[in-house]
Amino acid sequence: MTGAADCIGLRSARCAIAVGALLLAGCATVPPDAGKNPRDPYERVNRQVFAFNDKFDKYFMKPLAQGYEAVLPHAIRLCLSNGFSNMSEIRNAVNDILQIKPAGFATDTGRLVINSTLGGAGCFDIATRMGLDRRHEDFGLTFARWGLNTGPYLVLPVLGPSDVRDGIGLIPDSYTSPIGYIFPVVARNAVLGVYLIDTRAALLDATSLIEQAALDPYQFTRDAYFQHRTSLQYEGNPPTPRLEDDSGESGPGATKAKPAQPPPPDQR
Amino acid sequence: MTNSSRLLHRAIAMGVLASVAILVGRPAIAADAVSRAEMPPDALVQSVSSEVLEKIKSDPALHSGDFSKLQKLIDEKVAPYVDFDRMTRLSVGHGWRDASPEQREALTREFRTLLVRTYSGAMSRVTDHQVKMRPFRAQPTDTDVIVRTQVAPSNGDPIALDYRLEKTDAGWKIYDVTILGVSLVENFRNSFASEVSQGGVDGLIKALTDRNKQLAAANGKS
Repeated sequence: MTGAADCIGLRSARCAIAVGALLLAGCATVPPDAGKNPRDPYERVNRQVFAFNDKFDKYFMKPLAQGYEAVLPHAIRLCLSNGFSNMSEIRNAVNDILQIKPAGFATDTGRLVINSTLGGAGCFDIATRMGLDRRHEDFGLTFARWGLNTGPYLVLPVLGPSDVRDGIGLIPDSYTSPIGYIFPVVARNAVLGVYLIDTRAALLDATSLIEQAALDPYQFTRDAYFQHRTSLQYEGNPPTPRLEDDSGESGPGATKAKPAQPPPPDQR
Repeated sequence: MTNSSRLLHRAIAMGVLASVAILVGRPAIAADAVSRAEMPPDALVQSVSSEVLEKIKSDPALHSGDFSKLQKLIDEKVAPYVDFDRMTRLSVGHGWRDASPEQREALTREFRTLLVRTYSGAMSRVTDHQVKMRPFRAQPTDTDVIVRTQVAPSNGDPIALDYRLEKTDAGWKIYDVTILGVSLVENFRNSFASEVSQGGVDGLIKALTDRNKQLAAANGKS
């Protein structure tokens, strides 16, 4: 492995910078109970990668994304963003087949056809306006459908939060992206670069909020990742576990006007 | 970033945004609070979330992130429908048992402040968002329900935003918000538990207080 950036096709100079930064960033604070969480046995390593990603983002991706937002008009950015999203319909459709989801397959291929034609090669998301909502499928979810568990949590360099199952799923998924088939390689890397910047730009508002809300952004991101993947697995309607009130406090004082009453489990 | 991690980040951002819900101070008894006490939970969520979004869209001061004004809006429009005490208890979990009354008060106060501050930052970014209700399934006898909604900018992916509500004598109260499947209470539970195991209840209070001070300093600058 020649470094994170190489995996996603960035040029080797950037790759070298990235690897260098990774070494520099190797000073993440690791809490004493690191690795005790059964879902995160590699926490020590993950925290280092998380710290690297944070630096890589701060000094590289975020400034690029900000420049991108400043330079390009909103309409063009939206067009590009829709175009990339349109390409991902192929991944969705392939995984619909593998999971035997005919309705999803119909939606995703319908979206692909409509947006690629009426939507001006994906520039406009006409399909959503026609009532075909955007979905998300990937190989990690296909593995889940096949009965595989997530395995341990992994923070992938540059790519961010993942787990063993979903990380492996990225490999077959990469073959479904048209970007991988662009030649020459220079053009492919250029498109990939714009894709990454576009993705980052969509997050500009989001990341500062994570920094604000979370006491420990690493832990917050990890737990959110697993919850979010479970939700995707159930197409947005996961079984809702009862929130255990183990505060030992259900009587006077804290619960106004209500006697201890066990909430009925609302699993459906 | 993968598409799902992109969604995840947006989810978290919206989550914070959603803590809309959660925020808050002394319940201001607004006139509409009375009639809403009678509302079924899905109508309540729809009415409150549309009202807050409309207010923010129409008021330039709120749009530019006027912290005190936003906080006032939330106090009046959202707080009456949120069981903030219950949210704190659920989030603190085991640690709550060992906490003294003073510690409990501090926890509730600091947690509320944290959410108010992050929320005010998030709300200043609201532009052309719309709330759409998703199908609501519940029996009339249910006392604990989930109301599913979507928040969508006019251009962009909708974000699934679900509210958990419990029926109380004073009407339905929100006690958790789930954004793209990520439950705010569940997520805070984990981080609170980890703080408590490292530094006890006082450690958690300190972590919350420190974070609030940092945010106050940052808000002051901007």
